[in-house]
Formats: sequence, C-alpha cells, structure tokens
Amino acid sequence: MAMLGSINGLLMEGLDGDNGWSLQHYVARGGYVQLRRILENKVTQEEVIGEVKKSVLRGRGGAGFPTGLKWSFMPRSFPGDKYVVCNTDEGEPGTFKDRDIMRYNPHAVIEGMAIAAFAMGANRGYNYVHGEIWEIYQRFEAALDEARAAGFIGQNILGSGFNFELFAHHGYGAYICGEETSLLESIEGKKGQPRFKPPFPASFGLYGKPTTINNTETFASIPFILKIGGEEFLNLGKANNGGTKLFSVSGHVNRPGNYEIPLGTPFATLLEMCGGMRGGRKIKAVIPGGSSAPVVPGDVMMDTTMDYDGISKAGSMLGSGAVIVMDETVCMVKALERLSFFYYEESCGQCTPCREGTAWMYKVVHRIENGQGKPGDLDLLNGVLGNIMGRTICALGDAAALPVQSFLKHFGKEFEYHIEHKSCLVPKDVQWAGSGFHKV
Amino acid sequence: MFSAETLQKFAREVAKYPAIHKQSAVMACLAHAQEENGWLSPESIEAVAQYLSMPVMAAFEVATFYNMYDLKPVGKFKITVCTNLPCALSGGYHAGDYLQKKLGIGYGETTADGKFTLKEGECMGACGDAPVMIVNNRSMCSHMHPEQIDKLLEDCQ
Repeated sequence: MAMLGSINGLLMEGLDGDNGWSLQHYVARGGYVQLRRILENKVTQEEVIGEVKKSVLRGRGGAGFPTGLKWSFMPRSFPGDKYVVCNTDEGEPGTFKDRDIMRYNPHAVIEGMAIAAFAMGANRGYNYVHGEIWEIYQRFEAALDEARAAGFIGQNILGSGFNFELFAHHGYGAYICGEETSLLESIEGKKGQPRFKPPFPASFGLYGKPTTINNTETFASIPFILKIGGEEFLNLGKANNGGTKLFSVSGHVNRPGNYEIPLGTPFATLLEMCGGMRGGRKIKAVIPGGSSAPVVPGDVMMDTTMDYDGISKAGSMLGSGAVIVMDETVCMVKALERLSFFYYEESCGQCTPCREGTAWMYKVVHRIENGQGKPGDLDLLNGVLGNIMGRTICALGDAAALPVQSFLKHFGKEFEYHIEHKSCLVPKDVQWAGSGFHKV
Repeated sequence: MFSAETLQKFAREVAKYPAIHKQSAVMACLAHAQEENGWLSPESIEAVAQYLSMPVMAAFEVATFYNMYDLKPVGKFKITVCTNLPCALSGGYHAGDYLQKKLGIGYGETTADGKFTLKEGECMGACGDAPVMIVNNRSMCSHMHPEQIDKLLEDCQ
C-alpha cells in the first residue's frame, strides 16, 4: 500500500494501491497540466522560480535548503549543457518515501524535473535510483518511455522549442552516493567519493557543467505547488516550513508506512495515524529524521511538532522525514551498535577522520554491547566523535558521529550499566518480543 | 564474452549519456554482466572496460566500490537480508538467524549444493515492510516472517 494516511495530502492523495502510476492515470488526475501551461502560456523562468520561492519548499532529501533559492543559483544564461539531477538514492536508514513516490506517482517526478529544467535552462537530466529498488527503477524507465512517447520530455516539448532529455541511472549499493557530489561522480562512472565544495554543483556539476540536484519528493512537489500556487502551498504548512511532507514511519508502531501530513503537525497526531505503539507499549525514543539525526527521548518527541524548526528545537533534525520509533523493549546500546556498524561499513574511505573514526566507534560500541566495555569507553567515544565532526569533506562524518553523541547524551546510563554489569538492561527475551517476529 | 542480449542492454545504457561520456554506463554494464554470468569475473570487468573504452583499473575501482557487485561466484540465489536498525526493530536479526539455521550457512557463505548464498545487507529503503530481503539484487521481498521465508525458499528453484 502506498499511503496509509494523509492530512491535506498532495503528492500521494488518492493513491493507495498498485494502480494509477501510468501516464493515463496521471493525466486523469490533472498531470502535465502545469508543464503544458508553462510552455503554452509562455510563463517565464523567473515566474516559475518565484512561485517555488513563495512556497518555501525546502529540500526534502535531508538538508532542508530552500529549493527556489537553490534554483536561482543556476547560471540560466550560461551557454552549453546544463543538468538537473534527481536524487532517488534513498539509503538513509528509515527512509522509504521516495520508493513509494516512484512506485505510485513517477510522472509527478518527471513533470517536476521537466519544469525545473525549463526554469533553470537545463536540457538534460538524470534520476539516480537506489540500486536496491530495481523494480522501481524499471517502473520509472517505463514511465519515461510513456512521457517520451507523449512528447512531455524529449525534443521540442509540446511544440514549444524547449528540449529536455531525461534518463534513469541506477546505483549499486553505496550509501555515500546519496551525497550530491558523490552521486555526480557515480553518474560519471566513478567511485562515489564526495567532492570538495566549493565549487558547488551549480557552477561545476555533472561533467563539470552547471547542475542542480534535488530530492525525488522535492521534484514531485513542484507540479502541485504550481497548481495551487506557492502561497497556498506555504499555508498548508507553517511559516518557514511550507507544504505537506511525507514521513516514513518505521519501528515499533502498529502501522509502519508513509504518511503525508502538513509540516507543523504534532508528532502525537502522526503516531495516532500509525495506530499507536505496537502492543500498547511505552515509547522510549524516536530518531525523527533518518539514522543520521540525533535520537530524541520519547517524552520530548510527544511534545514536538513535525517541521524543520520544531524538530530542531527538540535537539534533532527533520532530515529526510524518516521517523524511527523505538519502544521500551529496545536496548539502546544494541541499537547504536547497528547504526555504528552501518557508518563504518559505508564510509567511502576518502577522509581519515571518518574512515578510521567510524571503525573505532563501531569497535568500542560493539565491545560495550558484548560485555567487554572498559570504564573509559564513553570518554573515548566522545573523543573519537569530536575528532570526526567538522573534519571531513562531506556530511557523512557528522552523520556517523551525531547518533553516537545523542545516544550517549540521552541514554548514557544504559551504556554505563552495560560496562559495569557486562550485561544488558533490557532482557533478551523482552527485546525479542518487541521485534514482533513471528515465533516458529 | 557477452550474449547478444546483454550487448543490446549495454548499448541501451550507453545511449543515455553524451557520446564523450560512455564511462557513465559502467555501473549498469557491470550489473548486466553480473546478471548474465552470475558474478563479475576479472575477465568480464576487463571486457566491460574495453567495451566502454575506459581504463581497466577504473572499471575495477567501480566494481570494488559498490557492494552489490559479486567479485566471487555466489549461489544460484543470493539472498541479502537487511539487519539495519529499522528492520532490526521489526525482526531483521531474527529473519537472518532463521535463514542461517534453515540453510545451515552463515552470512557470506554458500550452501554446498551451490544453490543459496546469504548476505547481510544495509538499508534497502523499504523499512516500512520490515523485515525485508532481496533476491539476486533484483527482487524485493517484504514482511519476511518464518512462513514467508519458507515459501521464498520453496519458490527458489
């Protein structure tokens, strides 16, 4: 099922099954009307970017950078090739919204990219799809074929003289490629290792040409923003946090899935939409923005609203909108051990602080979890993470360090208990029961 | 080295990129090469590099960087289990344990009959359907509890 629930939903409204992804259905829902309107009524590039700016749409991939502003950085009159690139390399643990957008509404992504290309004077685009979702990649290719045949992408679109060629590129298993410059390296057929910034992609992007990279949900929002108007979109959310947003809820809730809600909706409302906590158990902690976002204690989360500013006030970040909910059956040491392993495994190896530091963090958390922790281990962890943060080319270093820092800050007592008693505060059978895995 | 069908797939990928940037197709071509042969031998990596007129070493860099490429032979069915935190909260570890017991192999191992290889994977971007696993890099399996795992193994023929 695509959507388990929405409040004032736009992107995924009315889509609740495997039907309706194809061109004919998208057009029946009012699809490609905005692209047509822009091209036929000779709406200017400035007007399109102005509308996106008014909407205060902020990047849905994680960083939350204002999309309209990003678009205005593109040198529109620069002669020669310019690119728009869609980031569907959705590998941030807990995030699975782009998969559903691509599965149920791929043409919204295509229309959004075509409009973006028009607004920025780009003539070529790529959608980089997470390697693990092969079936979704194939569906997107099928949607591209439909759009091409109908004249919505390609040469001389709708007779306007505007050309935009769009293709899909798949990854093959590298978390780092979600970082925009390593994604570009990857499209160029290289190892996905991030580039130094500056220069930013708007001046030196794919193949060294001006490039703008946005997240799938960001592009998919564009047709809807142009349909209802920037101001109306902004008003769906709250000041500085425009629009609705998809939240991927995983973990200990009764109905994990994607929920589209206005930014500013209380977390408690979202939890209710998910059918509440599994087994009626007590909420212990929430990672509100994908595994790289700092963990927030459950009681703090219950008083937080789901928007960039609200979650930031709670000491974390909205990130990709991946909400990982943990109940009282979770051992926080074990939870952090798995996340630390992930960053150790996925560090691209380019920067020493991240390459070596992620290995150390995993090693130390692993030994604490396995009853071999030493009294100075928490200080050691804080030292290592301090030496990673701010000292790497890309944000993955911080992304690996923030979970460790926040787990120690809020749940340090569990780590101390592990070190002192060489065992877990939460009994193993309780942890098993919490997972809901069917007993054989 | 490659079948006509695979070469056709290569050509389709190359056509997506500007003519002077054929190398961009290396990831897809390596994936298709792996699909045809079951794994990526040094010879196929070399052949892909030659096809794309790129340095062999650059193709090896790509093949060794991305973790869905199999640089050693694997079983007929490679099952990759996600054990990352969101999946683990909903039984990812237990699903992996169950598979290991059932197949009698650990992660990174292949059954004696060459039928199954088991791998521990990272986030597949389907956490709402946990526990999840992928068969041969292509087919995503959702809500994998013991009964679904049993059925999957039966279907792998």
